[in-house]
Amino acid sequence: MSLIEVKNLVKHFPVRGGLLNRVLKKVHAVNGVSFTIEKGEILGVVGESGCGKSTLGKLIIRLLEATAGEVIFKGRPITHLNASELLPFRRQMQMIFQDPHASLNPRMTVGNAVREVLSFHNIVPRQELATKVKELFSQVGVNLDSIDRYPHEFSGGQKQRIGIARALAVNPEFIIADEPVSALDVSIQAQVLNVLMDLKNEFDLTMLFISHDLKVIDHFCDRMLVMYLGFILEEVPCQDIHADALHPYTKALLGANPVSDPEKRHELTVLEGEVPSPYHPPQGCPFVTRCPLVTEQCHAEMPPLVERIEGHRVACWEV
Amino acid sequence: MHKSKALLTVNNLSVGFHTDRGDVTAIEDVSFEVRAGEILGIVGESGCGKSVTGRSIMRLLPKFNSFIDPQSEINFEGINLAQADEKTMRTLRGDRIAMIFQEPMTALNPVFTIGWQLDEALKYHTTLKKSQRRERAVAMLKSVEIPNPEQRYHEYPHQLSGGMRQRVVIAMALCCDPELLIADEPTTALDVTIQAQILRLMDELRKKAETAVILITHDLGVIAQICDRVIVMYAGQIVETADVYSLFKNPQHPYTKALLESIPQTGRQHHQTRLPTIEGIVPSLFDLPDGCRFQDRCTFRTQECVDREPQLSDEVDSRKVRCFFPLENLL
Repeated sequence: MSLIEVKNLVKHFPVRGGLLNRVLKKVHAVNGVSFTIEKGEILGVVGESGCGKSTLGKLIIRLLEATAGEVIFKGRPITHLNASELLPFRRQMQMIFQDPHASLNPRMTVGNAVREVLSFHNIVPRQELATKVKELFSQVGVNLDSIDRYPHEFSGGQKQRIGIARALAVNPEFIIADEPVSALDVSIQAQVLNVLMDLKNEFDLTMLFISHDLKVIDHFCDRMLVMYLGFILEEVPCQDIHADALHPYTKALLGANPVSDPEKRHELTVLEGEVPSPYHPPQGCPFVTRCPLVTEQCHAEMPPLVERIEGHRVACWEV
Repeated sequence: MHKSKALLTVNNLSVGFHTDRGDVTAIEDVSFEVRAGEILGIVGESGCGKSVTGRSIMRLLPKFNSFIDPQSEINFEGINLAQADEKTMRTLRGDRIAMIFQEPMTALNPVFTIGWQLDEALKYHTTLKKSQRRERAVAMLKSVEIPNPEQRYHEYPHQLSGGMRQRVVIAMALCCDPELLIADEPTTALDVTIQAQILRLMDELRKKAETAVILITHDLGVIAQICDRVIVMYAGQIVETADVYSLFKNPQHPYTKALLESIPQTGRQHHQTRLPTIEGIVPSLFDLPDGCRFQDRCTFRTQECVDREPQLSDEVDSRKVRCFFPLENLL
């Protein structure tokens, strides 16, 4: 049984306006996506801004309510649970956000920020709180002397480690990391990725790793979903992505990424055509306005996400 | 590689800021030159002084709390920009030297149309008639590959996507054919497919118009893609400069080497391996160590690095490095 199963998940955001603030139209942020995450796996979600990757993360952990569809965690649907029924699941799934500064209370010492989570969920008896906080800080590599300091006294990378410590406090099985290293410098990014990798191995964590950076996803994840305007266009294993990728959008993303070696410079792939607005998505396949392989069928109908070989699904009529 | 004479020569540029915690030196003793048709990359992590360097050339630092050391010299075609008055700077900015920033919305005025904003620069810097200016503005929008330029001319910034806004900003920067373009993280806020368009545009620009470009970025991939020469900065100082091929193949400063290694690599053999990291953090500019500024994070540190501060070496094979023990050629 998969740890997480997502079935036809849909999220529409109403766009209000006009005289009576009526709902004028709906933005389809997530458009019926289905996938599974196995225990101990890191699933990457990659896509450009506005593709619905962050919304997807928030729907799974129920920071947003889905319009339709289901999220099944360890065989139990959690999409319609009420707050008290949800509480035990919250303990098993945690989220790490992009901006570590915004996710820490500036008036609370970082030690207390972690302690609060521990006592709210009754993770350890009160007399063991201090020891547990220390243990968490050393697991993520934050100096123990700094437990009584405030968030502004830390660098971005340190704050992100504290955010990770707080997510780990409840011994979760599943972590959603939404652009956890995007705000960090490259040397610090490597440190935080290593921390996540070590913790994953130590605690057998399962992870949904959301990022716009294909290089990071490719390096870090087992499998990835490529999203575009709320649809999954491709699901592909990450071992050898340049060889395996089939969808023209995935290939375009790979080709547009500069290689960090001037001797392997290549002409960057530049997609012609207009980037569609999520308010007016095109008919048929969402990628139709920029796709080099476009045919009439693509304009008429969204291609289904079909499994080509095990673990590799592609939504395209032409490949 | 272009061998023409330098368009811009920066000598011993030091810039400081007055802060609540006292004066602090943001960049120290920065010297380099840029030639026509060349793309010079300045790379480094946040706070290393790369943006301050760009803004000092353009003289866009806040007047009330920043100061350029009087010994500094920024020579642009015989004019010392470090000492130039505001009037001189105004005639240069947007005309002979242009700058683009990370966030295009900060460079665009939300209450005027794209066309109005392009026209403003042309009105100020050229003697073209109104109809000619309009023609020129539309041609500029077309050259940065904005679809329907005639229609976009009448639109407001909010009606454009992020990538299109950045292209409008580039069109504005280029409308007076500047000799020098300073691009400060021009693609950092953009998606990778849009970044590819902007990088291609900048590459064409230097080839066609022989524009000199200073590209400031933290992204080594972008550097590898389009730069000719690279300056690596750390804690306010240049630690290494070299042509882009030598720098990536054979970095001489331990910081450059560590920075290059910490980029995630693609391919099966690298998949899910631990990344080499640079332990520790960048020192605070208020509390710099004596000796080498990289000493706390350097794996090759010796007593000499703690005692004495290394100077930037003299140029050898058009490379300079600030280290007592530059890494050997490891081929």
